[in-house]
Amino acid sequence: MMIDLVAFIPRAVAQGIPLLYGSTGEIITQKSGNLNLGIPGVMYVGAISGVIGSFFYENSAKGDINGFLAIAIPLLCSLLGSLLMGLLYCFLTVTLRANQNVTGLAMTTFGVGFGNFFGGSLIKIANADVPSIALSKTSAYFSKSLPFADSCGWFGKIFLSYGFLAYAAIIIAIVAAIFLNRTRRGLHLRAVGESPETADAAGINVTRYKYVATCVGCMIAGLGGLYYVMDYASGVWSNDAFGDRGWLAIALVIFTIWKPDLGIFASILFGGLYIIYLYIPTGMDHMEYKELYKMIPYIVTMIVLVITSMRNKRENQPPASLGLPYFREER
Amino acid sequence: MADNVKNTAKDPLFHISKRDDYSTKRSWGVRAIAIVAALIVCAILTTCLTGDNPIKVYATIVSGAFGSARKTWVTFQNLSILLIISLALTPAFKMRFWNIGGEGQVLIGGLAAAACMICLGDRLPAGLYVPNGVVVLLMVISSIVAGAVWALIPAILKAVWNTNETLSTLMMNYIATQLVAYYIIKWEVPKGSGKIGIINQNSNLGWLVQLFGNKYLLSIVVAAILTFAMVIYLNYSKHGYEIAVVGESERTARYVGMKVKKVIIRTMLLSGAMCGIAGLLLVGSINHTLTTTIAGGQGFTAVMVSWLAKFNPITMIFTSLLIVFLERGAGEISTTFGLNQSFADILTGIILFFIIGCEFFIHYKINFRKSAKEEKENDD
Amino acid sequence: MNSSHKSVKINGKCRFWHFPLFRFISHMEDTGLDKKVAAVTMRGVSKSFGSVIANDKVDLDIYKGEILALLGENGSGKTTLMNMLSGIYFPDEGQIFINGEEVVIASPKDAFSHGIGMVHQHFKLVDVLDATENIILGLPGKLNKKEAAAKIREICDKYGFDVDPDQKIYNMSVSQKQTVEIVKVLYRGADILILDEPTAVLTPQETEKLFVVLRKMREDGKAIVIITHKMHEVESLSDRVAVLRRGAYVGDMMTKDTNAQEMTDMMVGHSVTLNIERPDPVDPHKRIAVRGLTVRSLDGILKLDDVSFDAYSGEILGIAGISGCGQKELLEAIAGLQQAEAGSISYVSDDGRKEELLGKDPLKIQEMGVTLSFVPEDRLGMGLVGNMDLTDNMMLRSFRKGSGLFTDRKAPHDLAEQVISELEVVTPGVDTPVRKLSGGNVQKILVGREIASAPKVLLTAYAVRGLDINSSYTIYDLINRQKKAGVAVIFVGEDLDVLLEISDRILVLCGGKVSGIIDGRTADKNQVGLMMTQVGGEDNGR
Repeated sequence: MMIDLVAFIPRAVAQGIPLLYGSTGEIITQKSGNLNLGIPGVMYVGAISGVIGSFFYENSAKGDINGFLAIAIPLLCSLLGSLLMGLLYCFLTVTLRANQNVTGLAMTTFGVGFGNFFGGSLIKIANADVPSIALSKTSAYFSKSLPFADSCGWFGKIFLSYGFLAYAAIIIAIVAAIFLNRTRRGLHLRAVGESPETADAAGINVTRYKYVATCVGCMIAGLGGLYYVMDYASGVWSNDAFGDRGWLAIALVIFTIWKPDLGIFASILFGGLYIIYLYIPTGMDHMEYKELYKMIPYIVTMIVLVITSMRNKRENQPPASLGLPYFREER
Repeated sequence: MADNVKNTAKDPLFHISKRDDYSTKRSWGVRAIAIVAALIVCAILTTCLTGDNPIKVYATIVSGAFGSARKTWVTFQNLSILLIISLALTPAFKMRFWNIGGEGQVLIGGLAAAACMICLGDRLPAGLYVPNGVVVLLMVISSIVAGAVWALIPAILKAVWNTNETLSTLMMNYIATQLVAYYIIKWEVPKGSGKIGIINQNSNLGWLVQLFGNKYLLSIVVAAILTFAMVIYLNYSKHGYEIAVVGESERTARYVGMKVKKVIIRTMLLSGAMCGIAGLLLVGSINHTLTTTIAGGQGFTAVMVSWLAKFNPITMIFTSLLIVFLERGAGEISTTFGLNQSFADILTGIILFFIIGCEFFIHYKINFRKSAKEEKENDD
Repeated sequence: MNSSHKSVKINGKCRFWHFPLFRFISHMEDTGLDKKVAAVTMRGVSKSFGSVIANDKVDLDIYKGEILALLGENGSGKTTLMNMLSGIYFPDEGQIFINGEEVVIASPKDAFSHGIGMVHQHFKLVDVLDATENIILGLPGKLNKKEAAAKIREICDKYGFDVDPDQKIYNMSVSQKQTVEIVKVLYRGADILILDEPTAVLTPQETEKLFVVLRKMREDGKAIVIITHKMHEVESLSDRVAVLRRGAYVGDMMTKDTNAQEMTDMMVGHSVTLNIERPDPVDPHKRIAVRGLTVRSLDGILKLDDVSFDAYSGEILGIAGISGCGQKELLEAIAGLQQAEAGSISYVSDDGRKEELLGKDPLKIQEMGVTLSFVPEDRLGMGLVGNMDLTDNMMLRSFRKGSGLFTDRKAPHDLAEQVISELEVVTPGVDTPVRKLSGGNVQKILVGREIASAPKVLLTAYAVRGLDINSSYTIYDLINRQKKAGVAVIFVGEDLDVLLEISDRILVLCGGKVSGIIDGRTADKNQVGLMMTQVGGEDNGR
């Protein structure tokens, strides 16, 4: 059975978009020298904040949904939630110079717990019999595809059939690439991640750059969570459904050797790998093979990880100060 | 001359400098204050969400962890598993090898134990029979080997190509999860349920012994032995010394003729083997079944337990107790007040943030410039 | 401000009336010949790090159109003082005036805005960026690399620099990197230029080129401070000398009115003659024979090129050369830490047997019965573990002793106690992490451990770098005692005066090649200097 590409590609893209948001956010964060392992938690918080906003809007609007507010309220809530997570991470690792790995893992514990807790509590408030929240009305605005998508055949299906957040992800990735390589602030940010003491001696405010880059990075990553729940999952929140996508986004950062523009293609590729098990025939007797096929994205990441470390090219290495706190008067 | 010093507006309000003079006692004092502060914040949060008074909330937490003999035993059993995983990760961390693959190493150890129990049990052709002692022995060996092999792969990649171990161990976790998921469907009972169920329910084949007839005691005893062994290993053995030197400076290690790659591989084998033991206990002694979530995120929690304890095995007893206590307590709050189970993660997160943040006040001091009023040390 | 000047000249902390030769320098403004304008005035500036006082109430003036040499031993607080001008450190107390106005320099940005630029000893450059990107780093405005590159070329033309704006830093030589640093400062329009030991990594030719540029800048009216240890540079370049000792300001004088002897006296506090013992070698045997050794670095650069020499027991073989000319690779190859492309290193034992050392790691060499001690350049990064205490550091060499699984702590503990008492190490106890000790004490511990194993071969790299005079002599003495005991010593040094006084023979390296091997007793400093820059010391006529 051949894979039907016209059906497969849109699904791969839909899987890839949350990863793209996550990896673009993490690239900007890592370029400032912060290795934020809290990204999975941030994406959960971004998602649930949007859900909370949307939930209360739907409940108060009572069916009288305004398209602008239906998008703006969840969007702002999501951005605010992930911004707060970013501030927390920065306060601990930049201001208080805490260990980045441990802070990141604690943020993931907290963020995933936060998401699942409020996901569960909202269900209780709604008194729904179903095990999940369904925000179909606001979600419809998020997943609305371009108007002429249906009339363009396969072209429309592959390129035009997505909600606005999918296009936003690609635009953000391109803007991030231009920002990093073509602007003065991008240059400063790269210098901060490579060598904070050099940047500091050059008069760059290292603390401010780390804060802004990490917070903006978190906000972008949070949108990945929002896209997942509002568009991909059609507004249905179920606990732990977002899964390990946050970690895959971090793996993608290495896969793309810290280039957001490369991330666009890499994330769609990853999205395809993530669902490829659905397209590999196993027969009814051996459903267990599907579980093995689900390993593919992780194995591919491992291979890429090994290959980049084998090639060891100067430009493809992580930012030199990644993971290290900076203190000007260190002797 | 000093009198005409003006306090110009641009003068920084305070500036931060490093301190090296804090005694161990004062350091732990600061950490204790941080934990108390965190507990207060948690209480306020819980009160906001449940509307109950904080004291009652705390009573609930304590009763959740130690409310009855059974609850106390379960708390200590959970503590022992978390402690074993934390101990397992510690030698790697001391070597500055960020093994966050504890989760996968535990899972694969559990898978190996379950495989022995299932394949040597009811699935054997009729007439064949393997004595219980042999099954248990094979379980122990295979889960230790499985855990060790799972840790060996990232270790070799690190030793040979310097592959980032944080990410490779992370990926190994998910590969392990999928492998377990595969076998669960292969072995599912009944067909189509997607679950294995209790293994060897009737024969109890491969169920690890109950010490003194107490089903919780085995893990606790194993954890105690491993803690003691780890203290000796890290502080008094040649291997432990090599780990410390490699962690501090690879160049120094090479300078005195240590084989860094060998140390990395050997230490990771040990790390993985101990995670395998945790998996063995989870399957063979505690749950008698296998699920993809049997490690329950403890591979990640253990990273924090180990770090919070400054990689000291004895201190780890207390840090893992703190985490387990919170989880059990928060679980109790969840059921009592009808909240979601994830509440425990939120509380754990908050407490971790406080402890992580308080390290700053141990290693740095804040100097307020020229303001006599605020000469008192800031101690938030 | 002028009236307070003279009272400030005599700092209560220093006692220059102990120096009969010292003459107070009257200020130029008094003579009215050449009106000097103070660009920077520092008054009562102090800075401490924990319990260490780096600067103690320092008063210093820097004038426009003048090159000031800031002199002082290692650790005398020169760099710390200048870092407070460049905004890296913030003073604990004191005032700084720029062009007569009191300023607060809280960050490097503040320093730039006051026209202060500093070229640090350890370059502040981002390796993966190119020259232009590094030079414009931190400046406001839109990113326009073309325009910036044009401006960089303009500056280069004006002062005679040679910089490729598009070259990546990691592809540059040390002197190119330094040039980028200076251009970076000039690009920002700095009027006050501080250079921290700029010649430490340069060849004499490169140094001369730099000095030409600095003199041009002085004519431009810029105020220039150069931190250095090298007397001849002070004499040939500077107009005025200011001296720091142990963090305190000692005094200043016009260069033309002083001499090297007087400056050294002010720096060290008492008159020193560099008088190192040099006993004749007793019964020298060939111990190490190096033949055709060729070493390439990981990125393919030729570090050692066909190096051949012998080292004898009971002899000190000095290795001279500009830093980074293969000294490190040579010692590490002998110690079993560096792989070679070609050649051989043989160890000759007392009975004349030869053993090949190349291709063996330190453990194998030890197992072969070759006792080889190595005092590496990077003490806390290679020779010792900074976070471990004295006992654990002593154990680095001995932890394998015994067949059991466990380490023996008694012997290293005793050794630590012994080293402390014999070498007069200042430490709170054997349980103190070595990183908390001063440089001299760290080195004593390292050398003490290395000679405790009664070696046959002793390799030392920059054994006295950063040490005070007394510690340096302790180390010279220890090395000489080893020599008398029949050890083959290979001594890599940077101070030619020391090399000429301590070595029996001197091997001069130049760009990884052996430039020549000469007798230490008859060698001439200029000859060695020339050999360091050209193979064989010949002119470029070849």
